[in-house]
Amino acid sequence: MIGRVLPPLPRTARPTLGAGRHLVERNALFFRGHVLVILGGFFEALFYLLSIGIGVSDLVGDVEGPGGKTLEYTEFVAPAMLAASAMNGAVMESFNIMAKLHLSKAYEAVLATPITIRDIAVGEITWSLMRGGAYSAAFLAVMASLGLVSSWWAVLALPAALLVGFTFAALGLAAVSVIRGWQDFEWVMTAVLPMFLFSGTFAPLSTYPDPVAWLARAMPLYHGVSLLRGLTTGAVSGVLLVHLLYLVLLGVAAFWVATRRLEANLLT
Amino acid sequence: MSATRDEASTQEGSTALGAAPALVSARGLVKAFGEGDKRRVAVDGIDVEVLEGEAFGFLGPNGAGKSSTMRMIGCTSPATGGTLRVLGLDPATDGPAIRAGLGVVPQEDSLDGELTVRDNLVIYGRYFGLPWKACRSRADELLEFVQLSDRSDSRVDTLSGGMKRRLTIARALVNNPRMVLLDEPTTGLDPQARHVVWERLFQLKRSGVTLILTTHYMDEAEQLCDRLVVMDAGRIAAGGSPRELIAAHCTREVVEARPADGETARPAEVLASLAERIEVLPDRILLYTDSGDDTAAAVTHHHELDLASVLVRRASLEDVFLRLTGRTLVD
Ligand SMILES: Nc1ncnc2c1ncn2[C@@H]1O[C@H](COP(=O)(O)OP(=O)(O)O)[C@@H](O)[C@H]1O
Ligand SMILES: [Mg+2]
Repeated sequence: MIGRVLPPLPRTARPTLGAGRHLVERNALFFRGHVLVILGGFFEALFYLLSIGIGVSDLVGDVEGPGGKTLEYTEFVAPAMLAASAMNGAVMESFNIMAKLHLSKAYEAVLATPITIRDIAVGEITWSLMRGGAYSAAFLAVMASLGLVSSWWAVLALPAALLVGFTFAALGLAAVSVIRGWQDFEWVMTAVLPMFLFSGTFAPLSTYPDPVAWLARAMPLYHGVSLLRGLTTGAVSGVLLVHLLYLVLLGVAAFWVATRRLEANLLT
Repeated sequence: MSATRDEASTQEGSTALGAAPALVSARGLVKAFGEGDKRRVAVDGIDVEVLEGEAFGFLGPNGAGKSSTMRMIGCTSPATGGTLRVLGLDPATDGPAIRAGLGVVPQEDSLDGELTVRDNLVIYGRYFGLPWKACRSRADELLEFVQLSDRSDSRVDTLSGGMKRRLTIARALVNNPRMVLLDEPTTGLDPQARHVVWERLFQLKRSGVTLILTTHYMDEAEQLCDRLVVMDAGRIAAGGSPRELIAAHCTREVVEARPADGETARPAEVLASLAERIEVLPDRILLYTDSGDDTAAAVTHHHELDLASVLVRRASLEDVFLRLTGRTLVD
């Protein structure tokens, strides 16, 4: 008995790479019983497109798109709806994360396993992107079938929509990690609505008063809308790289803030 | 066998007892919350060693620092000061590796309320990186073990408190842990549910799993723990086996005298000389003695005292706690 050699730790002792995928699995287990909720997200985006796009289109006629291209209003507004729905999905997902963080203490149990805060952040954002990505793909297919896509560049609209989803998922997580409770969450929702309305979504930025236009340029949704509109209409130029870079940098920064803050909040 | 493993084995130095390595070893461990004026020391420099295979207890009232200590051992809360080794590793750098070998039953219910009973176990196994198939068979095994097989597809919210506790214990066993941390495993349970939990913990102990538990129930500590420390205000007041603690801080037997009118001050004066030591509580007087029957006889001999009851019992950890802190433990 003396000097007994310890049995090796179980194989799981070595932290698994990409352990965040287990949080994706957890969400999949939950939504297995809630298929309608998943479908609902898709129809929501589609209804926006059909009502605003097609309904209003007849009244408005043509508008000037990126690069001075003349577009039917539906062509103009559809990519914006795609960006907005990617944003919405990500924001809604952070609602779920908020509940897990503040109501159910579910993450505390997760953190008692080899999973780390970083894994949780990666896992929840990945889930958000998978869900949002599926909506975006379906949305793009509908756009294509309605003849609202005029360029092969539109193939890149799917990864671009995923990028928009990533940026907003990271921003949502950062917001959730900073705010104290549900009261503060109202502020997040209050910020989302004007951004949705004034990011070049429904009208070109040139039609806005100057200060509003500049404010819009600072908003991430504007860059998402512009990126997607450039791709689906085939108005591709170097400017798209600026939009891309903005979304990447903001997303990475938000992710960094989120993990820092969550570590400070959860590992007390 | 990996390098970390060899290193870990040598770090887990054997103690005087020889055979069992220390799975937890804390020196001057401190946990403080807040900064400046708001700084609050929850754990104030404790030394603890838990050996493989034993059931070790932290006994103390609310606010003693038990949960703070458990969370540091569980690597979900960084220590403020001192040194801590768990499974031979340092929580500051090897948190995930340590947690892989631990099972944790936190004080507050932390089950996944959105999932079914069985899925709670399955996904928890996944968090430990176990294959799906292993997770599913392990989940069914554990549901059997905690007698919840018939509830496997229920939502967690529909379970009673005792069932949730059992499910949490099952969840802590998914990864076949070497050591299980149980923070107040039976608080809030009715006596019957408590006994079911105790019985399962006995079974675990017999199978060689190391247990660390906190409790503020004396009988629980006496029933389950091989060794324990009495904690009060962030410090360790005493430590040893329940028997050793009683021997060191108490007499063998206790006579409890309960005045009929509930007035204890005057009878206490009369009875003080009848025992080695007395404690005066609001409703009764405790006389510490090595011969309970003789002392009880002497007490009843005082006919002028109107006593509702005089009873003899064996000394318990409750008496030890009273002795060490001057306070009763519960309430
Ligand atoms: N997260 C926290 N922030 C601030 N103070 C805390 C926190 N957790 C515990 N404390 C304080 O630390 C002390 C010890 O608490 P705890 O470890 O929970 O004791 P026990 O589990 O023995 O009841 C208490 O005074 C408690 O208020
Ligand atoms: Mg506690």
